[in-house]
Amino acid sequence: MNEALLRELVPAVIGALVRRGASFVAAEDAVQEALVEAVRVWPGDAPRDPKGWLVTVAWRKFLDAARAETSRQEREIRVETEPAPGPSEAVDDTLQLYFLCAHPSLTPASAVALTLRAVGGLTTRQIAQAYLVPEATMAQRISRAKRTVSSVRFDQPGDLATVLRVLYLVFNEGYSGDVDLAAEAIRLTRQLAARTKDEEVAGLLALMLLHHARRAARTGPDGRLVPLAEQDRGLWDTRMIAEGVDVLQAALARDRLGEFQAQAAIAALHADARCAAETDWVQIVEWYDELVRITGSPVARLNRAVAVGEADGARAGLAALAELDPALPRYTAVAAYLHERDGDLATAARLYAEAARSAPSLPEREHLTRQAARLNTRLRG
Amino acid sequence: MAKYLLLKHYRGAPAAVNDVPMDQWTPEELSAHLRYMREFAARLESTGEFVDSQALSPEGTFVRSDGEGRPPVTDGPFAETKDLIAGWMVIDVDSYERALELAAELSAAPGAGGKPIHEWLEVRPIMTEHLPATD
Repeated sequence: MNEALLRELVPAVIGALVRRGASFVAAEDAVQEALVEAVRVWPGDAPRDPKGWLVTVAWRKFLDAARAETSRQEREIRVETEPAPGPSEAVDDTLQLYFLCAHPSLTPASAVALTLRAVGGLTTRQIAQAYLVPEATMAQRISRAKRTVSSVRFDQPGDLATVLRVLYLVFNEGYSGDVDLAAEAIRLTRQLAARTKDEEVAGLLALMLLHHARRAARTGPDGRLVPLAEQDRGLWDTRMIAEGVDVLQAALARDRLGEFQAQAAIAALHADARCAAETDWVQIVEWYDELVRITGSPVARLNRAVAVGEADGARAGLAALAELDPALPRYTAVAAYLHERDGDLATAARLYAEAARSAPSLPEREHLTRQAARLNTRLRG
Repeated sequence: MAKYLLLKHYRGAPAAVNDVPMDQWTPEELSAHLRYMREFAARLESTGEFVDSQALSPEGTFVRSDGEGRPPVTDGPFAETKDLIAGWMVIDVDSYERALELAAELSAAPGAGGKPIHEWLEVRPIMTEHLPATD
């Protein structure tokens, strides 16, 4: 039994304890303890029924904790530790856990941490390492999040849109540290997609797969960022792309378009081109129009300006850009790119250098500085 | 979430409102100040926003390589250095506004006369090392 299989059982085991009457907070603690014991005991003596084993051990941990709590609070009074039965089995525990962990009362960071622990089965230490904060800080973030949702009923329908936002945040955190958060986000979204027919869940899964498929090509051997147009497409994972396209087409066929499906459609058009020159920019612009219509997002408008620059020429791209707020993140980088395409290298070099100064990540700053250096060298030569 | 560095300067920041050097405080005022700092850090840990906190000694040395096989060259400390970092706190928060709010709270640590120092702290966003998973 490997760790991934063990982690897949976590939501169902938490659900089983909640159905027996444990609170979510107590159930989640007990299951984490049972996981620690499983990792210790199973290598030598693996159970035939791993889920049954986990439920039994976690329930025992829960009763131990409940008894300790009871004797601590009221030493003289005997209290029955067997709690009242929880919600019936009619609800899908795993789905309910997604809703609970992404409850709208939580901040995004708390929802992310709680989802990774209670749905993903990651340890606090792993989550802390992935987000580069001390373990004690992450432990507190999770326990506060649990307190926040402790009064939420487990068997009530939740908001799928907030769940998708949380999964998207996890995916976008990428891959620093030991835990591959992008891969974990895909696993959790795939698990969610198996439980709901929602088109946007499928759209998000397709979007993740189509981006993840390009991962090996996105950074060079020295760690530098490789822009889409320069990527070695032979490094793209064609099987993952095919899966992403299949998932997306099935969702689009149901004709309930949403932002994740539109984003996935754009990613699919990029994945479809054998070389950058074959990219169908006209269709990509049309999808950006859809995306802007659905979300009104300034980021979508900014990306649309890039696509317009490719489809109708740099001047058209600059005209689209001129309608946007220059304070938008990455606006200056886009302006630099379009000015270079328009042949104004001096302006492009100046804007690349300016964009580098406000870049939000080190690889982007290095990339933008390299662009400025490349143009300045050409201008001198 | 985004990480921010809250920088405290010995020199280089505009003057604090309650600008009395620490060595002129009473021992009680000093204790109250240190307690405030400890409690602030502990509270941030409990909200899941604390990353790191360090104080720096004011005395530093400049050092550079003098070529392969040669010992490093050192220089300083330079009394005329305009900017001198006293210490920092790293926080991991949901928004820039929250970072400002916490920095302001830290700036109000008690100083001389038990009154808030209202010193100037510098808030610097920390760049992430990884790319988003979408391009």
